[in-house]
Amino acid sequence: MVLLFLLFIWEMVVKIADTPGWLLPAPTAILKEMISGFDRFSEHLLSTIVLSVGGFIIGCSVGLLVAILLHLLPKVQEAVYPLLILSQNVPVIVLAPLLVIWFGFGILPKIIVITLVCFFPVTIAALGGFRNTPPEMKHYLLMAGASKTQMFTKLEWPNSLPSLFSGLKISATYSVMGAVISEWLGAKKGIGVYMTLASSSFHTDRVFVAIFIIMILSLMFFCLISLCEKWLVKWRREA
Amino acid sequence: MGILELNHVSKSFNGRKVLDNISIKVQEGEFVTILGPSGSGKSTLFHLIGGLSAPHEGSIMLDEKNITGKRGFISYMPQQPALFPWRTVLENVLLGQELHEKRDVKKAISMISRAGLSGYEHALPNELSGGMKQRVAFIRALLSTQSLICLDEPFSALDDFTRLEMHQWLLSIWAEFKRTILFVTHNIDEALFLSDRIIVLSSNPAKIIHEVKVPFKRPRENDLMLRDEFLQLKKELYQAMGRA
Repeated sequence: MVLLFLLFIWEMVVKIADTPGWLLPAPTAILKEMISGFDRFSEHLLSTIVLSVGGFIIGCSVGLLVAILLHLLPKVQEAVYPLLILSQNVPVIVLAPLLVIWFGFGILPKIIVITLVCFFPVTIAALGGFRNTPPEMKHYLLMAGASKTQMFTKLEWPNSLPSLFSGLKISATYSVMGAVISEWLGAKKGIGVYMTLASSSFHTDRVFVAIFIIMILSLMFFCLISLCEKWLVKWRREA
Repeated sequence: MGILELNHVSKSFNGRKVLDNISIKVQEGEFVTILGPSGSGKSTLFHLIGGLSAPHEGSIMLDEKNITGKRGFISYMPQQPALFPWRTVLENVLLGQELHEKRDVKKAISMISRAGLSGYEHALPNELSGGMKQRVAFIRALLSTQSLICLDEPFSALDDFTRLEMHQWLLSIWAEFKRTILFVTHNIDEALFLSDRIIVLSSNPAKIIHEVKVPFKRPRENDLMLRDEFLQLKKELYQAMGRA
């Protein structure tokens, strides 16, 4: 509702002020472009979806793997944790051209960019989940003679699922952004390419189309992860 | 089986003695309660028996095997039920067996119904009341493969009504499955009502200061708590604890 209202105000402002289309197009104009230009757009869209889903899966797997390794090796965790945070302080926009210099224009630098964006929320969330294991349950398993592996598979892993999923949700929305940024680097197809082409030829309506599509895509990823969560995590953490 | 022997067990933390020369022998099928004030090192004693840490002196034997500092030889019911919220009642109850790779679903289901929880096999723990959770935790302990069950103040978080009900329930199910039980509490009534023998601990450091054999016949009824001989023993224990 709020969204519709905002769009309505936007529409009115553009109409009243008679803003030229290359400066700020009206929502209806954007919608029109979205529908009429869909054929042109669809191949870009598909390429971005494939890239972000692929990047998301690889990025989250890396993130999860790092989390499990660090959890099982607490000494390493102490040493590596600051590095993890530092890895997030490098601006992706700066890093991206460097990756192209190192790895060329193929798929690899793009996957690296998305992975870099995606793995961090997952790692932090999973580590937090592992660490938040209720002491009385840990205690029970220890007394019952559980091995370290059983401790992990029967207690720490299922216990971390809710927080892991919040990490996955953040990563899912980031992955689309990561994909678009990586496409700016030099791709043949993708929303990122479409966007650069549109803005350099003052097709502002198409820029907005790209923005909206990115938002919708992120939202869809988010909802998909939420659905998985609902399906896998039926229990609620007790307050 | 299920004969537990503690021989001159002592334990200190940071140079402060917590347990001082504790020797206890629990016979097969016996219900022994350790009674002591809060913070008297009762939980530490359980940690030692459970093998979470090793005593500084003395040894712990179970069925003539030395289990000092070894884990996995007792089954355990903690103060909070510590049920796993993502597992159903049935899966929770099977957890103890699962660790040793011997699942017996049939027996588990019959035990659940014996506990008055039939229909709840596939419920999640957060749908249960406090008393029901403790029943599940006890069945989990009972179904575990070990011969000795240690209960660490399992009913201290329940209200009085539920607690009385749980006492009856515990005794009836124990009468059926006769396992050796080591029970820890700071509640004198509870200790007298449930056990065959009561060992009173002092605090700082914990020493055995008194031992009482409880002569009441089983099965025990609730009105036992109002009888003279019960009150007499209660008085004796009360005085013993006063010296603690």
